Amino acid sequence: MDAILLQILNGLDKGSAYALIALGLTLIFGTLGVVNFAHGALFMIGAFCAVTLNRLLSVSFTTIDDTRTDFLGNPLKVETPYVEAWFGPEMGGAIIDWSVPLAILFSIPIMALVGLFMERGLIKYFYKRPHADQILVTFGLAIVLQEIIKYFYGANPIPTPAPEVFAGSFDFGALIGMDPNIIIYPYWRIVYFLFATVIIGGVFAFLQFTTFGMVVRAGMADRQTVGLLGIDIDRRFTVMFALAAIVAGLAGVMYAPINSPNYHMGMDFLVLSFVVVVVGGMGSLPGAVAAGFLLGILESFASMAQVVALLPGINQIIIYLVAIVILLTRPRGLLGRKGVMES
Amino acid sequence: MSLIYKPLNRRSILRAGALGGTALAMPTVFTSRAWSQGYLNEPTGSTVTLGFNVPQTGPYAEEGADELRAYELAVEHLNGEGDGGMMGTFSSKALKGNGILGKKVEYVTGDTQTKSDAARASAKSMIEKDGAIMITGGSSSGVAVAVQALCQEAGVIFMAGLTHSNDTTGKDKRANGFRHFFNSYMSGAALAPVLKNAYGDDRKAYHLTADYNWGYTTEQAVKESTEALGWETVETVKTPLAATDFSAYITPVLQSDADVLVLNHYGGNMVNSLTNAVQFGLRDKVVNGKNFEIIVPLYSRLMAKGAGANVKGIFGSTNWHWSLQDEGSKAFVKSFGQKYGFPPSQAAHTTYVQALLYADACERAGTFNPCGVVEALEGFEFDGLGNGKTLYRAEDHQCFKDVLVVKGKENPTSDFDLLEIVEVTPASQVTYAPDHPQFAGGALGTCNPGA
Repeated sequence: MDAILLQILNGLDKGSAYALIALGLTLIFGTLGVVNFAHGALFMIGAFCAVTLNRLLSVSFTTIDDTRTDFLGNPLKVETPYVEAWFGPEMGGAIIDWSVPLAILFSIPIMALVGLFMERGLIKYFYKRPHADQILVTFGLAIVLQEIIKYFYGANPIPTPAPEVFAGSFDFGALIGMDPNIIIYPYWRIVYFLFATVIIGGVFAFLQFTTFGMVVRAGMADRQTVGLLGIDIDRRFTVMFALAAIVAGLAGVMYAPINSPNYHMGMDFLVLSFVVVVVGGMGSLPGAVAAGFLLGILESFASMAQVVALLPGINQIIIYLVAIVILLTRPRGLLGRKGVMES
Repeated sequence: MSLIYKPLNRRSILRAGALGGTALAMPTVFTSRAWSQGYLNEPTGSTVTLGFNVPQTGPYAEEGADELRAYELAVEHLNGEGDGGMMGTFSSKALKGNGILGKKVEYVTGDTQTKSDAARASAKSMIEKDGAIMITGGSSSGVAVAVQALCQEAGVIFMAGLTHSNDTTGKDKRANGFRHFFNSYMSGAALAPVLKNAYGDDRKAYHLTADYNWGYTTEQAVKESTEALGWETVETVKTPLAATDFSAYITPVLQSDADVLVLNHYGGNMVNSLTNAVQFGLRDKVVNGKNFEIIVPLYSRLMAKGAGANVKGIFGSTNWHWSLQDEGSKAFVKSFGQKYGFPPSQAAHTTYVQALLYADACERAGTFNPCGVVEALEGFEFDGLGNGKTLYRAEDHQCFKDVLVVKGKENPTSDFDLLEIVEVTPASQVTYAPDHPQFAGGALGTCNPGA
């Protein structure tokens, strides 16, 4: 029982990342009809926003410590962050320590700009082209973006820790009345899940309860009619692209402490997120979120030693297996609109 | 009996000429097998081209970049530029700093992408198009085995870079291939006594293993050497190479009876699995009355950097470390550090040494012919290149030298001061018989000069 509960927790956590990326993908597909293979790269850029802010806050000045030597036997150069010099070691240290949550604010304008630039600068020229062309161009863009990141940050993963207060883990089992020491769970993963829930809720609320959202939803249902009413739906869809970029970016920022950011992390998530979108139903926002969590949980269960012993290799194919079954039995996906992906 | 007179005509003259020519050429045909002449990509001008095949893209690109830095340094030193690095401490004095056999060393580079097919394609191109006479590099056992086989078929020497699987000099060994780097067996043999001292002989280990050749041989080596101490192996679980989040594999460890987790992971896998294991509080856990411990059999400083503070206090093994205080290591660290501003990684060290060893073998053999180089390297004993006295064993082309057991440093002073050496395991403790079961199968075969 406790093993199952633990894997559900794990699944929620992994599912949060899938759901956030799939949500953005669906927003773009639902509004602009573009299959955006560069979406994983946006997730990666988000994670590197956290890395960048951490580095900016850690910018240091050098002093020479004659009492110690470096690896070549020369006097040791000691780096002191400006932030610590300005605000004192304690306050300055705390600011650096909180760089990941602070990067949320830092990343929003950056991701919005990246999204707008991508959409206006490249993707808009491919609206009327076949999906195959869109996939090729966005995939190419993803490679360019990851190579740019690699050029500036190197190929090695860059550890980007969460604030000290969220480091480590806690006894989740004891909290819900189970034996102590049975279910230990990291604080930051719970924070990630809660954060994802807030973001998903926020996007739904924005689409559901604002005039802007209502027009966008109308545009998603019938773009031409909305256009005939004199509404500049294209501009609103461009904003939605930027919003999708922000969602992917925020997913990346908060993911940085879970696994050290590296330049190909976007590609690692991209294919799985597409499967999530297809399983959830192309263009369906609730479908993307539901499928994200569902597949995250299934993947966690499939990774259990007992399951792998019974069905070797199931952990590597479970997601694709589910996708095949769903596509064969319900081509529109779990919550997809009738007609999408159906002949 | 009658003699039929056949007049000479043009055809019979041509036939006779062809036969005569073949007969005259026969001695040359036979002698071309001798390694003094007639081999693939024989350098005829004033230069010789080496092929550096390293991961320039993909998950091991950072290691590939460090390998390339080391190769460039080696070329400088071989050509008599720079401070000479380890050429001054190398026990063999055959290298003169005027290239190899008087020919200036040039090089071409290829990108393995850490993929066997891409690595073979780039090696093939360097051999066929650029005339490379030796291929070296790589940062994966899968790549090393594939490129080694290609070099054997083509008829050039392969000096392996970073490859740790037993199979490279075990079932997949080749006469044209040589490995300076240590292997899984050696990691297990070096780690076991240190682990016994640190954690006792009554432990229960849980292995998470990367699902490919290197993972299997490392799991087997560590499992066998720790079981020999008295440890019990509770579970061995294979994890997909493409996995990025290992939490689903870590959580069952929490619920098992294990008190040690062995991460047979490398590269990004190691960074992520170790980070996840620490996040899930494994290191704060007490099981069977003992502190829970994590072990990383193969450490790399570059990977330790990726894992950050999570490596603190965690044991592992490594081929070489810049903090070694022998003259060879100091000379190399100085040379590399002055040129690039940071100390070299073990990947840089092993590739630099391989380049020097190849050049030295050519000098001692007096030829670039692969068969001559093979003969010069087989059974070659040397010193001054960083790991004490070293033997290139003739039976499997594996180097036998001291192996380092390291531990993540508690209070690092810089980005590269992450590991501390806790034990230099003598070569004698990590040496095994050529027919050891972990290395069984395959045959070295004979050298191929490619002509």
